[in-house]
Amino acid sequence: MKRQVPLALCFVFGIAMIFTRFSPHSVSQWIYEEVISWVLIIGPFALVLATVTLIQTHTTRIRRRTEHWQYSLVVFAGLTIMVVIGIRFGPQDSIFEWLYNNVQLPMDATMFSLLAFFIASAAYRAFRARTFEASLLLLTAVVVMMGNVPMGDFIWNTIMSWSPWADKVSEARQWILDNPNLSARRGIILGVSLGVISQSIRIILGIERSYLGGGD
Amino acid sequence: MNMDRRIVFILVALAVIIPMLLSVNLPVSVSEPTQKFYDYVEALPAGSTIMIAFDYGPSSLAELNPMAKALLKQCFDKDIRVIGITLAVDAPTLISALIQEVAAEKEAVEGEDYVFLGYRPGEVQVILGIGTDIASVYDTDYNGTAISEIPMMQNITNYDQIDLLVDFASSDTIESWIIYANVQYNQKIAAGVTGVIIAQMFPYLQTGQLVGLLSGILGAAEYENLVGAPAKGMQWINVESFVHLLIVVLVIVGNITYFIHRSREE
Repeated sequence: MKRQVPLALCFVFGIAMIFTRFSPHSVSQWIYEEVISWVLIIGPFALVLATVTLIQTHTTRIRRRTEHWQYSLVVFAGLTIMVVIGIRFGPQDSIFEWLYNNVQLPMDATMFSLLAFFIASAAYRAFRARTFEASLLLLTAVVVMMGNVPMGDFIWNTIMSWSPWADKVSEARQWILDNPNLSARRGIILGVSLGVISQSIRIILGIERSYLGGGD
Repeated sequence: MNMDRRIVFILVALAVIIPMLLSVNLPVSVSEPTQKFYDYVEALPAGSTIMIAFDYGPSSLAELNPMAKALLKQCFDKDIRVIGITLAVDAPTLISALIQEVAAEKEAVEGEDYVFLGYRPGEVQVILGIGTDIASVYDTDYNGTAISEIPMMQNITNYDQIDLLVDFASSDTIESWIIYANVQYNQKIAAGVTGVIIAQMFPYLQTGQLVGLLSGILGAAEYENLVGAPAKGMQWINVESFVHLLIVVLVIVGNITYFIHRSREE
């Protein structure tokens, strides 16, 4: 029963939503709008689930004294402070805004900014023209990187000032994005889409049951 | 030669700091996707409505805030009404401040020229919900004012009254907007994204599912150029120029040393 009911619900709603997608009938559209309202109500429960999982994970870390368990205490401190202030005073409260602007915002921005340093270091170490394919990748990366900033065209226009061809680096970058990149990406999209369709059919028909948990 | 990575870090820091101090100004040419974006907005008549989804948090504000600011300036200058929303849980405080800053500069009135509806959980659910009835997703705006009491929302129910949807994103939310808002409701969409995900967007640009596309800080600089309001985008693209140049030089140096090392071994 624990497995049959979810499987039946999945089948009924899966088929019903496919049907509403292709039927303009008023009843079909009413069902569609009704289900969307239900989904809007169910959606926020994902946040509750995420919070519970976060608490469980970090409680386990503290209890087992795993490596760097002290940081889990920081997680709880941050979570408690923001939730208490947010619920009590609202997100437009001056303390909440101060914490957001002076703690969360700079920390988030710093984490992302650090990538620039690691990318530079990784590029220096890893980008080697060892094979033909690697050389091609290297050359493409250099063209796209330089075409992505005005410095590329500036250097080109300075060196090639005698020629009638201006801004060729940004044009080359655009060509790479518009042609080889676009073709490869479209292939990936088609492949992923076909995979999603087949997986959806398997779930609706109850062939794929891993989402129910607990093995088969 | 194996350069200590701390030297690389110092070089990157210098490549950022020195151009900032020297205020370098390299000429910025406008790419076709940016031009298309600008032209589409420019062609909208006064009184049109744009919904802007600010789907990014603090980690991506350096790239996306400048382009969002430039678009807001263009909208307020042209009397285009703006509905702001976000699908990012950590964005509302940031976005509210951003919209208010530009609105104050352009003397736009909240509730008449713009409204910020804030965040609601559930990405796909929100996108689909707006298609049926905005009020079913957002019963109040970010300030807690009921949607029914906001003057500019009186005649806006769903995508049918929205002339363009713009998604500023640092993740794959654009694909959700395209799949559910464009394909299902035929909503016109333009996007501004971080440099990391720009390569994924070109198939949608070619099919016309995106009417325009801004690419990272370069897109922001180009748009500021078009709007005639140079700001952070123009400043930071020059800084980025030197960092990119440094990385290319490092790659070249790394390869030269690699080949010297290999020839000695042989």
